[in-house]
Amino acid sequence: MKQSLFSIVSNTPLTDNVYKMILSGDTSAITAPGQFVNIQLSGKFLRRPISVCDYDGETLTIIYKVVGKGTEQMAAMAPGETLDILTGLGNGYALAPAGDRPVLLGGGVGVPPLYHLAKRLLALGKEVTVVLGFNTASEIFYEQEFQALGCKTFVTTVDGSYGKKGFVTDALPEKYTYFYTCGPEPMLKAVYRATNTSGQMSFEQRMGCGFGACMGCSCKTLTGSKRICKEGPVMRKEEILWEA
Amino acid sequence: MGSLSVNLCGIELDNPVIPASGTFGYGYEYAELYDINELGTFSFKGTTKDPRFGNSTPRIAECTSGMINAVGLQNPGVEKVISEELPKLKSCFYKPVMANVSGFSVDDYAYTCRLLDEQEQVGWLEVNVSCPNVHGGGMSFGTQPEAAAAVTRAVKAVTTKPVIIKLSPNVTDIVSIAKACEDAGADGISLINTMLGMRIDLRTRKPVIANKMGGFSGPAIFPVALRMVYQVANAVQIPVVGMGGVSSAEDVIEMMLAGATAVEVGAANLVNPYICRDIIRDLPRVMEKYRISALKDIIGGAN
Repeated sequence: MKQSLFSIVSNTPLTDNVYKMILSGDTSAITAPGQFVNIQLSGKFLRRPISVCDYDGETLTIIYKVVGKGTEQMAAMAPGETLDILTGLGNGYALAPAGDRPVLLGGGVGVPPLYHLAKRLLALGKEVTVVLGFNTASEIFYEQEFQALGCKTFVTTVDGSYGKKGFVTDALPEKYTYFYTCGPEPMLKAVYRATNTSGQMSFEQRMGCGFGACMGCSCKTLTGSKRICKEGPVMRKEEILWEA
Repeated sequence: MGSLSVNLCGIELDNPVIPASGTFGYGYEYAELYDINELGTFSFKGTTKDPRFGNSTPRIAECTSGMINAVGLQNPGVEKVISEELPKLKSCFYKPVMANVSGFSVDDYAYTCRLLDEQEQVGWLEVNVSCPNVHGGGMSFGTQPEAAAAVTRAVKAVTTKPVIIKLSPNVTDIVSIAKACEDAGADGISLINTMLGMRIDLRTRKPVIANKMGGFSGPAIFPVALRMVYQVANAVQIPVVGMGGVSSAEDVIEMMLAGATAVEVGAANLVNPYICRDIIRDLPRVMEKYRISALKDIIGGAN
């Protein structure tokens, strides 16, 4: 974990309420795809945890949905403004178990962390299939970006206005060696049931600190209680314990 | 440079800054960031007799200038704290540490304190009496002078270490509870624990927190905490540890002027993990500005 100041390079809408922000700063604490950052906003007490979409030596890309006052404030920020960010939070996805043909399943703002993951898996020579699920055509983002990386990319929409009608689980490829997923919990549950391989799932929870100190985001797993922010947000399919 | 040291119940602290229980774990998350031996000490995560997972999530809600938490005393239980957490703590912190203890019966408190008393690194026992008393109809020990005194006596009977009773602000007369603890043998009083609060989500029309209510902390509660520290410090002879919304060196000095011998910092750690170190490093500047040569000289200075 590292606390440092980042400067906004660009902050542009991808859809009506989803924004992409590119920041420049010290990314050295980020060690794996699927990790997150925790952003301080002026006038807001708690930081905003946002998943890392992409990063390199000096830039960080995040994609966020405007859901409340904090993200509204972020959407109004301009290039050149700075943000105090804690980086390198959470465990992130493990690449080793991917096999030759992993499938990546993302729903809504669960899509972004899969982008850097796809890059890393492709760099390892994997054949990567991506299924992106949205409610409707106007909410779709990053289809071309995944295609441009060289992923076999499918889109599903709940209302059938684009791509295959249905959920990401309706577009699972016939054969895959492993799965990685991120999205709302009902989607994660559906993926858990629909997949026939092992895999990793990224979870969300309201957080206090984001670095393991407050126990605000704990969840029960088959291997004991875990902090979503520290031992998570990525859990192995085998350790997940669904409650209720 | 002025002197930052204070003496808390017979143990010398290099400075009065103490991360509050529940915001600092067992120290090692923060030790990744800086040398936590810069701290006066810290109060580790509230420990109970048995392991506790705590409440359902969501456990956290944001507020203007603060937050609500309803973690529910998640901890691995005193045996595991001793066998697993304290050795890790020892590897990054060499000073006496404050052991924070909670319980749901007088016997629980005594059991946990007896085990922690045997731990060399434990300097003080900070006993949180804000928990519900399962044998007392669920009313918090800290809301009745007799119940708080009973916990104090039970703990004092099993330890030779200084016992600091941590009080809840959710009471009508905190002074009478503090005095009851003092009369029962407490070596110090720390206050305030969080204030009972609530948020409702406009979209779902339901409480944000699964537990519905939780403890409100952060800068918003500082004036309330300061007032209670002032009242209690004026009424008891034993040292008082002040906390509640402290987030700057100025806040630390204000708490000390109100009567605090040492000052805990809670919610602010969760937002800026370096805050306690930053406060300690900033204290000499603020002391010079207000012509304070030794912090221990200003304790209760506003009285």
